[in-house]
Amino acid sequence: MHNSGPSSVAAPVIEVAGLAKEYRVYDKPEGLWASVRGLLHRTSRVVEALRGVNLTVGRGEFVALLGPNGAGKTTFLKLLSGIITPSRGTARVLGHVPWERADDFRRRFALVMGQRNQLWWDLPAAESFRLHKEIYRLDAARFERTRDELVDLLGVKKLVLQPVRELSLGERMKLELVAALLHEPEVLFLDEPTIGLDVVAQHTIHEFLRHVQAERRTTVILTTHYMKDVAALCERVVVITHGDIVHDGPLAEIVDRFTTHKIVTLDLDDPSATARIERCGFPCEVRGPRVVLRIDRQRIADVLPEILRSDGVRDVSVEDVPLEEIVAELFRSGAPERRAVVETAR
Amino acid sequence: MSGRLDGGGPLASMRAWWTMLAICLEERLVYRGDFALGTLMRFLPMVTQVFLWTAVFAATSRRDVAGYSRNDIVAYYLLAMLTRAFSSMPGLSTGIARSIRDGSVKKYLVQPVDYVSFLLAARIAHKLVYYAVAILPFGGVFIACRGFFPPPPDATTMSIFVLSLVLSFLLGFFMEATLGMIGFWVLEVSSLVFAYMLVQYLLSGHMFPIDMLAGIPTGLPGTSLADVVRWLPFEYTAYFPAAVWLGKIRGPDLVRALAIEAAWVVVMAIACRVAWKRGTRRYAAFGG
Repeated sequence: MHNSGPSSVAAPVIEVAGLAKEYRVYDKPEGLWASVRGLLHRTSRVVEALRGVNLTVGRGEFVALLGPNGAGKTTFLKLLSGIITPSRGTARVLGHVPWERADDFRRRFALVMGQRNQLWWDLPAAESFRLHKEIYRLDAARFERTRDELVDLLGVKKLVLQPVRELSLGERMKLELVAALLHEPEVLFLDEPTIGLDVVAQHTIHEFLRHVQAERRTTVILTTHYMKDVAALCERVVVITHGDIVHDGPLAEIVDRFTTHKIVTLDLDDPSATARIERCGFPCEVRGPRVVLRIDRQRIADVLPEILRSDGVRDVSVEDVPLEEIVAELFRSGAPERRAVVETAR
Repeated sequence: MSGRLDGGGPLASMRAWWTMLAICLEERLVYRGDFALGTLMRFLPMVTQVFLWTAVFAATSRRDVAGYSRNDIVAYYLLAMLTRAFSSMPGLSTGIARSIRDGSVKKYLVQPVDYVSFLLAARIAHKLVYYAVAILPFGGVFIACRGFFPPPPDATTMSIFVLSLVLSFLLGFFMEATLGMIGFWVLEVSSLVFAYMLVQYLLSGHMFPIDMLAGIPTGLPGTSLADVVRWLPFEYTAYFPAAVWLGKIRGPDLVRALAIEAAWVVVMAIACRVAWKRGTRRYAAFGG
């Protein structure tokens, strides 16, 4: 029997050791003849989606799981939510082995996938909520309070009585989140929850998640391709490339480690001044009367006054390298040559 | 801090199931329109059967075939059709296979809800809405054809008829659900479903009363094809309830047939459960 008691503050909520998942994929060569031969003889490869991952997450942490497409993020979330079993390794979530799918475990977490609908398509979301009340065995008064609170926070009161199929993507996502949080899960897995949403909807969802997470001390793991999500929500960032965790640390640390320079943008009065700026030797890009420089972080304090003293500079801004760029750099730094595949035939 | 009710147990499961049923009912009502026409269409193949048998009886001097008069035959087809309204499960196995293929089955792995119970609730809802709409065309046809029926059976036979209908619903449900779960092993189950439908059509009594197989030897001494089919599940999804109503099966034979039907329900329910357990294990290991 596994320990299902309430986890103490000190105990980690998620503990993963050496977790690996291999898939067998079949190659389907092109052409009709090849397809016919494929009936008798198929070649397959083993793809390592996850290659022995270790991770510990404490209660109330909000972790971003980043990585390029196919890096293993979704596989990782599927393992943690018990949809799939690993090829090797162990995992405990809230003291349970996820893929044993104990009801006690399943009542304490939620998984939201941005591209998959949990709500009943032809019915108003209110009906799906009612069903959740029963399958998660929620107390009536508490259910109503939680529901009203979540619905208020997201401003979707008018939408709960409308059939889900009539709603926009953003509206649906908000109601999906309400449904997922009705049973007040202690652990929440979000797989690209803001995919395809407009800026306003993204912002609403950020505010909502931040509020709910702070209030309930929910442990959240979020995968996303939008750095806005990360900057708004997560203190900790885990980067997966090719099935390996290549970075795990606070967001600030990543920025620190990978930001070697700052972006300095100058607005010039006199276009002829650009030549002078270009001479100063930093990589620069001229866009009309505007010049964008990349200046070494250590030297910025020395260089900037010098530049500002020169004639014709009307305005200046100093910014960090965009998070997207830093993360793209991190993704590239993951070792692609380690993505070994084992050729087999059957 | 949590909104969970502790305990709960079977009562809470029942409540969850009822809510599922209610919600499935609401969902079905969204699509009530396409039922009425579909039901009437179901009677069309029967018209050809009636013409065929009218021709058969016109061509022979015999008053009955395998104990069925022409009137019995018409009554039989109507009753078999009624039974099939309980036991046939349109879209069940292909729907299960689709949910496996497109991944929507994941929902039932993540949420604390039992997929088989959910499917059963959904199917009962489906049937209830169907009956509510279909009672008009069915009633109309039965009243129009009342002249073909023998006098209604006594109360005991009637209750056994109703019981056999309920069992035929469960049997059809568990057989098709199990068939759909083969989707965990092979991606496309439609050819399997087709093969099943074919066997079902021949051996359920949908095409002709199973009594007509009584004259066909199997090679085993003293055993006709009908004797073999009796031990298979198929005839309980069309022939058996109709034969009960018409008084074709009586006494100890009736008790035995009812026991066989009940046993098949239990066997298929277990098979369905096992297929789900093993299938999800396989899905978790290979797919996802």
